[in-house]
Amino acid sequence: MRIPPKITQALAVILLGAATLITVITLVLIIAFVLKRGVPEISWEFLSTKPREMGKAGGILPTLLGTVLLPLLAILIALPMGVGTAVYLTEYTRENRVTRIIRFGTDCLAGIPSIIFGLFGYIFFVTILGMGWSMISGGLTLAIMILPTIIRTSEEAIRSVPQAYREVSCSLAATSWETVYKVVLPNALPGIMTGVVLGIGRSIGETAAVIFTAGSSLMMPSSLNDSVRTMSVHFYLLAREGISDEKAYATAAVLVFAVLLVNLAAYWMMNRFIAKRSR
Amino acid sequence: MRKGQCVERKVKISVQNLSVFFGQHQALRSLTMNVPANRILGIIGPASSGKTTFLRTLNRMNDLDPESRAEGRVLLDGADIYHPSQSAVQLRKRVGMVFALPMPLPMSIYDNVVYGPRLSGIRNRAALDVIVERTLTAAFLWDEVKDRLNMLALRLSGGQQQRLCLARTLAMEPEVVLLDEPCSGLDPISTARIEDALTVLKERYTIILVTNNTKQASRIADETAFFLMGELVELGETSQIFTVPCDQRTSDYVTGRFG
Repeated sequence: MRIPPKITQALAVILLGAATLITVITLVLIIAFVLKRGVPEISWEFLSTKPREMGKAGGILPTLLGTVLLPLLAILIALPMGVGTAVYLTEYTRENRVTRIIRFGTDCLAGIPSIIFGLFGYIFFVTILGMGWSMISGGLTLAIMILPTIIRTSEEAIRSVPQAYREVSCSLAATSWETVYKVVLPNALPGIMTGVVLGIGRSIGETAAVIFTAGSSLMMPSSLNDSVRTMSVHFYLLAREGISDEKAYATAAVLVFAVLLVNLAAYWMMNRFIAKRSR
Repeated sequence: MRKGQCVERKVKISVQNLSVFFGQHQALRSLTMNVPANRILGIIGPASSGKTTFLRTLNRMNDLDPESRAEGRVLLDGADIYHPSQSAVQLRKRVGMVFALPMPLPMSIYDNVVYGPRLSGIRNRAALDVIVERTLTAAFLWDEVKDRLNMLALRLSGGQQQRLCLARTLAMEPEVVLLDEPCSGLDPISTARIEDALTVLKERYTIILVTNNTKQASRIADETAFFLMGELVELGETSQIFTVPCDQRTSDYVTGRFG
């Protein structure tokens, strides 16, 4: 017997609606929980002073700095490498076994737990290259971690640029590189930005890979060779060591705002870029 | 065949035994023909007769398809464009192309027109301004867009977009202009504008016009070539092709009996 379409339709609406509702409620609950416990603790002093007694008292200024600098460093390293790889794979090579292997490799890398990257960074950058626990070790490790994401999103973005644009550019006596630079990349930029936002988000929230490579110093970093602690690591250590629940949640709340800010900034930049091009 | 009614004309492009393959498929079969300078050569023929392939051979756009392979010789002013010493990029500066669908790049009208000149290293704003006005005027578009050159080109109408593409091609100062069914997506008025522009432009350029519209060829082409299944069936003065063709197949096609 066939279920009447009216009923399947009603069922679909209810089930799909319920799925959405549960998702939204979960998200709101998480954020509300963190903010409720964290926001009362946030003050100007909390944001602008150094921690005292391992974070039991005082603020989070060095970790705020670390949270800004590490992902920034990671993206500065990963973006050119990732976009370069994506351009090479899409525009300069034909689909063959080698490109398939590279693509398969990046997909695998994207799925590897971050602690493995942390371990690699610890062995390679910190120990073998002698960079020690430092911003540069952490930045490089995070860069490797987010590279697959950047490569794949950039590749998709580049592929979605109409082939006709490339033909037109070529017919106007542009070389491959001129076509990439003047036509392909500008049109792929919104998609590439998605990868950047995802990458920044991932590196802001990362703890395992960061502890192993950038360390967890609470001093203000003064150079790339200094160890630094990010807010995620700070939160983890405060909660894990039972140092201070209040400070831990306050840090988490700031972290939530930081991620929100990054996303807003990215959208704002993207819209401005699109608006500028569609006069 | 020509009965001596036409004077000897300068040959711009000489095609000798040209065959083009895409993988195993042969798209052009041993073509031999001359393209006269400063005239409009119309190319007519049914779908998949090799018209577009031929056009894309002349500016080496087929190179973009790694499966493609050309045999024979194509001489532009006597020099083989497929000779290893020849650069495809340099060739495309001399042989411009307008595609079937209007395809402005997603940038302003102004930036579209100066795309080629900028690539050739012209940076001077005044010089670029001159190019924009001259080419848009030549494409019969200047009056319609002169007050909004910074507007995104995609917001123009289809007919305007195609004239913009023509202007963009002219901005490179080519010697030959290839047009691949440039009016296939356009209304009759826009088509008339393009045709008017072409008849003026042939004074300065050699024009090759692929068209599915035999009427268009009879209106503006000086000479017409009929392609069928990758072969050149007949090439002659347009008036002769449309009135007293030598080949029965040409006759059938131009009178609309097939194709």
